[in-house]
Amino acid sequence: MYPDYLAGYVKQVERTRPKRLELALTGEPVFPPMTAAEREDVLTKYHPDYSKGAKRPVRVGPNKGEEMTTEVAVLMEAHSMIRPKLLELGLREPDYETDLLIIGGGGAGCWAAITAARQGVKSLIATKLRIGDANTMMSEGGMQAAVSRTDSPTRHYLDAMGGGHFENDPALVRVLTEDAPEVVRELENLGVIWDKEPDGSMQVLHGGGTSRKRMVSCRDYIGAVIMRTLMDEVRNHPDLISIREFEPAVELILDENGHCAGAVLYSLDTEQFLIVRAKATIIATGGFGRLHIRGFATTNHYGATGDGLVMAYRAGAKLKFMDSVQYHPTGAVFPEQIAGFLITEKIRGAGGQPLNRFGELFVFPREPRDVESAAIIRECSHDRNNGIDTYVGRTGVWLDSPIIDMIHGEGYIRRQFPGMCRQFSRFGIDITKEPMLIYPSLHYQNGGIAINERCETSIPGLYVAGEASGGVHGRNRLMGNSVLDYNVFGRRAGHYATEYARTAKLGRLSLEHIAEHARALKREGIDTDMISPLILPSYTPEDVKIQQLARLGNIPAMHSMLRSRFTPEERRTRP
Amino acid sequence: MHKDAEPHEDGGKREHVGAHMVSVFINGKRHVVPEHATIMRAIEYAGHQIIRGAGCREGFCGACGTIYRLPGDYKLHTGLACTTLVKEGMSLTQIPSVPMEKAVYDLETLTPDVSAILQVYPVTFRCVACGTCTKACPQGLPVMDYIQAAMRGDVAAVADMAFDCVACGLCALRCPAEIIQHEVGILSKRLTGRYLRKESRELDDRIAEVRSHKYDGEYRKLMAMDKAALSKLYYARDLEP
Ligand SMILES: Cc1cc2nc3c(=O)[nH]c(=O)nc-3n(C[C@H](O)[C@H](O)[C@H](O)COP(=O)(O)OP(=O)(O)OC[C@H]3O[C@@H](n4cnc5c(N)ncnc54)[C@H](O)[C@@H]3O)c2cc1C
Ligand code: SF4
Ligand code: SF4
Ligand code: FES
Repeated sequence: MYPDYLAGYVKQVERTRPKRLELALTGEPVFPPMTAAEREDVLTKYHPDYSKGAKRPVRVGPNKGEEMTTEVAVLMEAHSMIRPKLLELGLREPDYETDLLIIGGGGAGCWAAITAARQGVKSLIATKLRIGDANTMMSEGGMQAAVSRTDSPTRHYLDAMGGGHFENDPALVRVLTEDAPEVVRELENLGVIWDKEPDGSMQVLHGGGTSRKRMVSCRDYIGAVIMRTLMDEVRNHPDLISIREFEPAVELILDENGHCAGAVLYSLDTEQFLIVRAKATIIATGGFGRLHIRGFATTNHYGATGDGLVMAYRAGAKLKFMDSVQYHPTGAVFPEQIAGFLITEKIRGAGGQPLNRFGELFVFPREPRDVESAAIIRECSHDRNNGIDTYVGRTGVWLDSPIIDMIHGEGYIRRQFPGMCRQFSRFGIDITKEPMLIYPSLHYQNGGIAINERCETSIPGLYVAGEASGGVHGRNRLMGNSVLDYNVFGRRAGHYATEYARTAKLGRLSLEHIAEHARALKREGIDTDMISPLILPSYTPEDVKIQQLARLGNIPAMHSMLRSRFTPEERRTRP
Repeated sequence: MHKDAEPHEDGGKREHVGAHMVSVFINGKRHVVPEHATIMRAIEYAGHQIIRGAGCREGFCGACGTIYRLPGDYKLHTGLACTTLVKEGMSLTQIPSVPMEKAVYDLETLTPDVSAILQVYPVTFRCVACGTCTKACPQGLPVMDYIQAAMRGDVAAVADMAFDCVACGLCALRCPAEIIQHEVGILSKRLTGRYLRKESRELDDRIAEVRSHKYDGEYRKLMAMDKAALSKLYYARDLEP
């Protein structure tokens, strides 16, 4: 039940529903999809990427002079956590040695380890939180794969390119779409329970920007099902895969020939730095939602702070599309406790409709994400003022979910969206009877570290897979293509890195690139007390933080995470 | 203990219980936090940096298992810190982890029936049907029922009932028979996905098409197109209703 001040607006939704339902049942688009020109217009005027101060040129590193999202540029221009001089002994006598170091225990990381194990190669997964505490665990709606007869991988290719504004790397998109059917079967062989039709064929649904029904799913828990399957399989190979939890990587290690040779880990328990020597290294650290770009709430897990980008950039790898960020159109706005919580796009795929305060449709429900988000922001902006305000000062529009049961039959929502139902019923809202209040939420790192189809970077021995990589999705990813991404490229990274590790010979280990980064900051006259990678965000209230930071001397690393939340501008305005 | 929770007690600015604030005990220490906070937000509001005990922050990962008591209530409650709201006088603590061992097995050598359960998690058969696990589950799952189904070897039923499990381990923590329910659930789900689902013929055909390079030519054409040509094709494509 909504509080009284919102209940009146719910009535508007109910008032317009019969007409909208009638329209939905015709099978025609319920609102005219935008033309290319209309898309362009709403994006440049309302998408947060285009807002003032959203981007600026980065002053150090391989992309020097190129525009990046401001919050990302700040991280690239921050200090390293380590003092290379004090780690020289460790470089000679590493704490761990392995064939393959996999940084990150999400979907991409686990796939890489499983693939290496199948080829008899040893790997070590170093991960920030527990294995599986990752965006992969949270994905809800589904994965794209051209499995139905009316569809084809090349159609999937065209949809993905269009969604990404034709800027995606064509070779990567080909691999993504062509490997997809195989990945569906591989996952099923590992024990993933797909939603199926009675005859065994895959159940497929639409997602934003898809021209064919192509979204395969596991109710609305695809991430939990896939992640737990992969984790379980990883743990079935203790002889070949070792796991270090709560030991995030903070810098890569190169050898004297400039090849990647492992990483420095940081134990969150003991605050030690640990050296891993590895013949090949895979970055699978996922995205950066916890940077709260432009102050947006986020759908991402606690450890999504873009660490892989920082490490790879310092080691000399190039980044791509770091000027663009994905905002998911439907983040929860009410109740406040779940602000930012992702409401899966599958809801709109199944017929859910976004409506303004008058209960009117104002956008085609299945535009690509950036367009849909921009349209919602426009509806809530001062230009239109058609949003609904909550008492804590958030604004949103409705997502009409009850209409879904009217389209597909009673019980459909409960069956297809148990996770959504549970989240809202915890706060007394029944989404089968009442709409949800939504607003775009920071969701995905469109860009990342540049790779080729073999997941190679420009640094020999360094591989990247999953959300940390850049190029697959151009400047905008379609729903379902990132679950596909970490499955396809996680496997590939495992395969090609294994091949490389078999013959790689390492030279003397070095952290010279860290010292060089420090010199570059000096040369550019960059004054900052930011430390990156960030590792964890801090949600400590400012007054408490200041009391914690009053201590003098060597700030323990745990507090450096808090410290890194202050930007230089903020510091100056503080007592 | 909840006597101390009375709002009249005064102790500095952050200790003051005002409108929309409640006092809670975090690891035994009193803190005043917003009444609309989840347990997770309350812990952070009090000034802790959570390291263990947070993952998804949205009720999917099970990292944030919490136990708490409420004033005047003898029960030990369990919940997820990220989705449970604080209450006046609540006394809570997070569980950093529940030690337990996942069995190592080879899915390819198992059959989807009671023999798999017997072989991989024999401890399952110690269940005394006390229902404690079901009471502990923050997802509201019928945990005891799925353990009973596992004992019957009905792995598909286990998979269905345990589908929404977040593997928080709270059921296992409370089980007098030391059963690791969620691991039994994962095993059953994998057996179901691997062996009990009808395979898709369409999928087989598509995989065969890809392997026989059916799409190579079309890909080559598309990949060679410039932005303008591709864009034209894209906006002209038909949409399945
Ligand atoms: C709520 C939500 C819903 C989603 N729904 C969908 C969907 O329906 N369909 C779809 O296609 N996509 C969806 N996505 C996107 C998709 O889930 C992710 O893009 C994808 O899972 C990323 O996988 P990954 O393996 O690259 O990264 P992740 O799964 O995020 O894994 C990254 C891992 O790296 C670890 N890590 C981070 N930094 C370090 C470090 N410094 N050292 C060591 N380890 C580190 C993390 O702890 C984590 O274990 C969703 C995302 C979210 C957040
Ligand atoms: S079944 Fe057990 S592990 Fe799973 S969610 Fe419930 S209490 Fe947690
Ligand atoms: S708590 Fe343990 S013994 Fe009791 S019903 Fe659950 S599984 Fe059986
Ligand atoms: S943090 Fe993941 S379930 Fe609470």
